[in-house]
Amino acid sequence: MSLRIVVCVKYVPDATGDRHFAEDLTVDRDDVDGLLSELDEYAVEQALQIKEAADDAEITVLTVGPEDANDALRKALSMGADKGVHVEDDDLHGTDALGTSLVLAKAIEKTGYDLVVCGMASTDGGMGVLPALLAERLNVPQVTQLSEVAVADGKVTGRRDGDTATEQLEAALPAVVSVTDQSGEARYPSFKGIMAAKKKPVESLELDDLDVEADEVGLEGAWTAVDEATERPARTAGTIVKDEGEGGKQLAEFLAGQKFI
Amino acid sequence: MAEVLVYVDHVDGAVRKPTLELLTLARRVGEPVAVHLGANAEDAAKVLGEHGAVKVLTADAPEFAEYLVAPKVDALQSAYDAVSPAAVLLPSSTEGKEIAARLAVRIGSGIITDAVDLEAGDEGPVATQSVFAASFTTKSRVTKGTPVITVKPNSAAPEAAPAAGTVEQLAVTVAESSKGTKIVLRTPRESTGRPELTEAAIVVSGGRGVNGAENFPVIEALADSLGAAVGASRAAVDAGWYPHTSQVGQTGKSVSPQLYIAAGISGAIQHRAGMQTSKTIVAINKDAEAPIFDLVDYGVVGDLFDVVPALTEAVKARKG
Repeated sequence: MSLRIVVCVKYVPDATGDRHFAEDLTVDRDDVDGLLSELDEYAVEQALQIKEAADDAEITVLTVGPEDANDALRKALSMGADKGVHVEDDDLHGTDALGTSLVLAKAIEKTGYDLVVCGMASTDGGMGVLPALLAERLNVPQVTQLSEVAVADGKVTGRRDGDTATEQLEAALPAVVSVTDQSGEARYPSFKGIMAAKKKPVESLELDDLDVEADEVGLEGAWTAVDEATERPARTAGTIVKDEGEGGKQLAEFLAGQKFI
Repeated sequence: MAEVLVYVDHVDGAVRKPTLELLTLARRVGEPVAVHLGANAEDAAKVLGEHGAVKVLTADAPEFAEYLVAPKVDALQSAYDAVSPAAVLLPSSTEGKEIAARLAVRIGSGIITDAVDLEAGDEGPVATQSVFAASFTTKSRVTKGTPVITVKPNSAAPEAAPAAGTVEQLAVTVAESSKGTKIVLRTPRESTGRPELTEAAIVVSGGRGVNGAENFPVIEALADSLGAAVGASRAAVDAGWYPHTSQVGQTGKSVSPQLYIAAGISGAIQHRAGMQTSKTIVAINKDAEAPIFDLVDYGVVGDLFDVVPALTEAVKARKG
């Protein structure tokens, strides 16, 4: 029985670019280059390692996003995933986390799965709630924020480094997993992998295929609204001194002046 | 006045500071009702009452410690059903955000995470967030259901506001389906004796310029002289010089202290995302062109191994 792994990935604006908002206060994706969210590369990597350790496994990468999001799928396929699913629909523009989790959950159920692997957060919204939302919607265990993960005998185990403690977790499949940037460096796609990715199948789905109503997604259907987005005023230039032996003392005087000492 | 549920983050009844901040913010939008899950509710109730909780709903069950997150969602949902609040507030910890997310799905409500401020609005609470590596500030609200909002540490100064703090038992049934993820082993983190990174008023961080784990005591000594937490950049963590739990940045912890001191950190966008909302920013770096200097209130161009020890000595001298 093949182990069916679905990896959820997101196409995000490059954080080193000049990110801003469009007029409708959604993220402007036209003016900034996009790419596969770095934190999702770790999820793809762990899925590949789980597949390598299993007798028989298949990895589907899934994304919800505009046409360009196909680039994120291709990157994951070139790393070694087997096939892709792209949910693309004009009605999705402006969908928030709850709406995205609804669409992803329906697409995951349609694809069929034993294990869902996600990154710990996106590098744009950065909420970090999607894995928990998916676990709730799919009604399966959440095994999240893992720095180590393994799958064997129908169970997933992992290590979660929390705020006050480190926990060893265990759950029966099917389950939703999320991994941190400590889970292991993501591999670079090989030339062979890049060439092979071009031939791998990518299924395209619309909201109709998933029985999701248009009013449950998009800007109108969102559970939250952004009313205002203001660019942070540039910081007034600070005082910069060169250390010529007195730098530490001068800094202490500044801190004392600000009442930190 | 409408009631607002506040989820209590605590360690064996010792309430953590972000919860007291939440109570302060909650009072702007309603009457805080605290939800305490786990042991020593009586100890917690005293502190919660002093900070404005009119009521403390409490439940203790072994499942809270034996399984991950979901049993706590069951309990918070029971509190929600009992109170019908105007909003639910939780701290923006990993667990707080996960509990918030699952509750939001269950009660059909929108969720806002990582708010840095909260105020009452005509159409419910308005949350301020800092986005795109803190280059934008947004104001958002929940438009469907009861707002579920998580708030970052250091978003408000906790204010004393004596209230009843009456303790009431909450009846909780943990669903079978909430026992899916077993916590097989829990190892509490060893205390460093320093303040917790995300809660600290002052943070001193070291980066690539620290040049080795053996040099981090230089950073620690400064932190200790100021009563500060110690942070590290991703470069320092990836090099194995300091634990990942201390990493400040996009993939580590996001901090917003009164004072942030960056030593030997160039200021890559990923690091800035985690510290740019700090009130006062100070940097020490050999490279005058380092992007961190664009953010600082005060910067010293120089060798951290000269500047930091001299600063530590000067701080100690001033503190006597």
